[in-house]
Amino acid sequence: MGYVAIADRDHEIEHHDPQTFITKYVWSQDHKVIAIQYGITAIFVGVIALILSAMMRLQLGFPDSFSFINPENYYQFVTMHGMIMVIYLLTALFLGGFGNYLIPLMCGSRDMVFPYMNMLSYWVYLLSVIILLASFFVPGGSTGAGWTLYPPQAIMQGTPGVDWGIILMLVSLVVFIVAFTMGGLNYVTTVLQARCRGMTLMRMPLSVWGIFIATILGLLAFPALLVSGIMMLLDKVVATSFFMPAISSMGADAGHTGGSPILFQHLFWFFGHPEVYIVALPAFGIVSDLLSTHARKNIFGYRMMVWAIIAIGGLSFIVWAHHMYVSGMNPYFGFFFATTTLIIAVPTALKVYNWVLTLWEGNIHLRVPMLFAIGFVFTFIHGGLTGLFLGNVTIDLPLSDTYFVVAHFHMVMGVSPVLVVFGAIYHWYPKITGKMYNETLGKWHFWMTFLGTYSIYLPMHYLGFAGVPRRYFAMGNTDFMPDSAQDLNAFITMAALFVAFTQILFFVNVIWSLKSGKKADPNPWDATTLEWQTPDNPPKHGNWGHELPECHRWAYDYSVPGYADDFIPQNVPASDEAPAGRQHGVEEH
Amino acid sequence: MEIGLIVLATMLASLFGWLLKQSFNTTPWVAGVAAEADHQAPFNARPKLVALTTFLAVATSFFALILSAYSLRMELGDWVPMTEPQLLWVNTAVLVLASVVFQWTRNHAINGEASRIKPGLLLTGVLTLGFLVGQLLAWQQLNAAGQYVTTNPSNAFFYLLTGIHGLHILGGMYVWARATVRSFGGGDMDAVKHSVELCTIYWHFLLLVWLVLFGLMLST
Repeated sequence: MGYVAIADRDHEIEHHDPQTFITKYVWSQDHKVIAIQYGITAIFVGVIALILSAMMRLQLGFPDSFSFINPENYYQFVTMHGMIMVIYLLTALFLGGFGNYLIPLMCGSRDMVFPYMNMLSYWVYLLSVIILLASFFVPGGSTGAGWTLYPPQAIMQGTPGVDWGIILMLVSLVVFIVAFTMGGLNYVTTVLQARCRGMTLMRMPLSVWGIFIATILGLLAFPALLVSGIMMLLDKVVATSFFMPAISSMGADAGHTGGSPILFQHLFWFFGHPEVYIVALPAFGIVSDLLSTHARKNIFGYRMMVWAIIAIGGLSFIVWAHHMYVSGMNPYFGFFFATTTLIIAVPTALKVYNWVLTLWEGNIHLRVPMLFAIGFVFTFIHGGLTGLFLGNVTIDLPLSDTYFVVAHFHMVMGVSPVLVVFGAIYHWYPKITGKMYNETLGKWHFWMTFLGTYSIYLPMHYLGFAGVPRRYFAMGNTDFMPDSAQDLNAFITMAALFVAFTQILFFVNVIWSLKSGKKADPNPWDATTLEWQTPDNPPKHGNWGHELPECHRWAYDYSVPGYADDFIPQNVPASDEAPAGRQHGVEEH
Repeated sequence: MEIGLIVLATMLASLFGWLLKQSFNTTPWVAGVAAEADHQAPFNARPKLVALTTFLAVATSFFALILSAYSLRMELGDWVPMTEPQLLWVNTAVLVLASVVFQWTRNHAINGEASRIKPGLLLTGVLTLGFLVGQLLAWQQLNAAGQYVTTNPSNAFFYLLTGIHGLHILGGMYVWARATVRSFGGGDMDAVKHSVELCTIYWHFLLLVWLVLFGLMLST
């Protein structure tokens, strides 16, 4: 048998305990530190994007009241808000942050397989963020082309930031993809090669499954963005004509011949749609674990959940043109993509049913992470249902480019994943920091965020039905829109500002608890997964002390009949299962 | 987009098929002894090989998508086929040779004939650098003939494809350089052997990519 016991090849991974402050916290090769670096950076740019969205809302709610918002920088706010949120916050946080933290701990490994490359991944990501933020300060400012960066307008005079902003944006994306690829190779290889003894693929927690499949999607889909980014850079810098049609700008020939803007759209959405699931799949996985842990019940239909993640991952590559129904495509083409789009609803709905069935007759503890997880189920169902409208060509056409679309994708891939991010941070906070957060503040944070975001996005659906177009700086005199649309816009803006300020609660909680929170129990939620069974809390470099854990069961042995505790950790051997009345002896607390 | 779609679908199907195979007939909810599960351990505990394979999938996706763009762009009215410089045939031969020598080096390294590793590595390095210099010369010839990158979309694609392929080779040269320095510095020969094995796979892959690219550019 050519198989080398995984525990025995531990020496292949070099582990030098870092000594100095610099090697421990700055140039760190420890996956946990890198995860925190990724997390802090991503949340930092996320806050910038949040402020940008508040500026947009100020203009929409109270047009012409603020002298510092003109049409030019309104478009810059829109563009940077979208790009940062989708790529630099959510992708980086779920894969670079949670992926880095959870994969080795949940799989029972000491670290990522290639710690040095892992470190490099973070620093290159940071570089991409710096390039992106630098574009605010160059002449002409950042690009205002919309986050989709459609040519020809993205690189033509008249669009804000056409001189330097767009170049920095494209370069930053290319650099980000390099960083992601280095991280992604690590995540995939670690899942495939460094799991502890007994951790079969089908014993992995769903969080790891979600992150694993999302990473594969990212590795295969980001090249499409890379291709389109490089080709657009060439169109802009050396005036090739990949995407640029023969066009005159301000009365002068722009120097391009018959390129195809539609080609860019295909490439962009070939990346763009899997990107939705790059963000969603880790959220699906994490939410499954949160629901199961805090409902003290095994996840309903574990294998179905895994297959659904895989099926969604596969299908996500053949739905991209549903973003292009209005590009003048062949009706049969549209029919094909509408069909595949609606088919994706099947595995997705299956997951939603399973989440709800997991809660059924569970012993539900409404702690903060659980509130966020249940909140996610609400917002995700809501956003998913409006997706059924937009997936159909005939319904999409009139709704295209209205606030209905904005409401849809913010519900499904804005609010929903962010709720999971918060839930996950609260859930793993005791493990990451060794301290407990403040429960009351956390609950206030949840309710204000959850109700607040509903107040923002629910009314937007009505605006969309009324035909209010998205991306407009101001509506001007438009007869078809009732005056009340403006009142609704003002209300939405108030709600948005409220939600934005509410996030201060989160930061206060996280920072205050770091110093003054009470010391956390190593396994405060009585969870089964391996990261809660580490010898130290928070886990030290190398995670497991002298001996790697062995995995004997799946991650969902909650409330097993006949046992004293309502959970059995994954590293408890089958023979040691404590019958009722006996305490099993892995974790003395 | 068909090319990209077919290539990606094939890769995804094989990976997801493998994953599904791992999951059928399993009963994850039944606890068991850790050792019983060992037969399910994937591959053969060679992380670098797995990482390389994954990277090749990424690169395949990348090149397949550029080729998709190529085939879509080609159908538009302003496309004028470019005449490729004859020098490319020489370059191709050099790259084939580099691949052959790498395979030869690898075979000797596997058989424990360490003395062949150093000359093998040097020779592949020279050949590969020769290929890169040849590509640059081809660019120069084109430029001299007035065939600039902006002259026509087919030219733009030629420069783009050769440039990106060249960058991939440069990336491989970095690993090659590390292995070469290590083999001459009397470093760990097992590590050198492993690098040679992985480089051989990568060189074959880039040769294959080049043959596909070259064939496509010749035929269109």
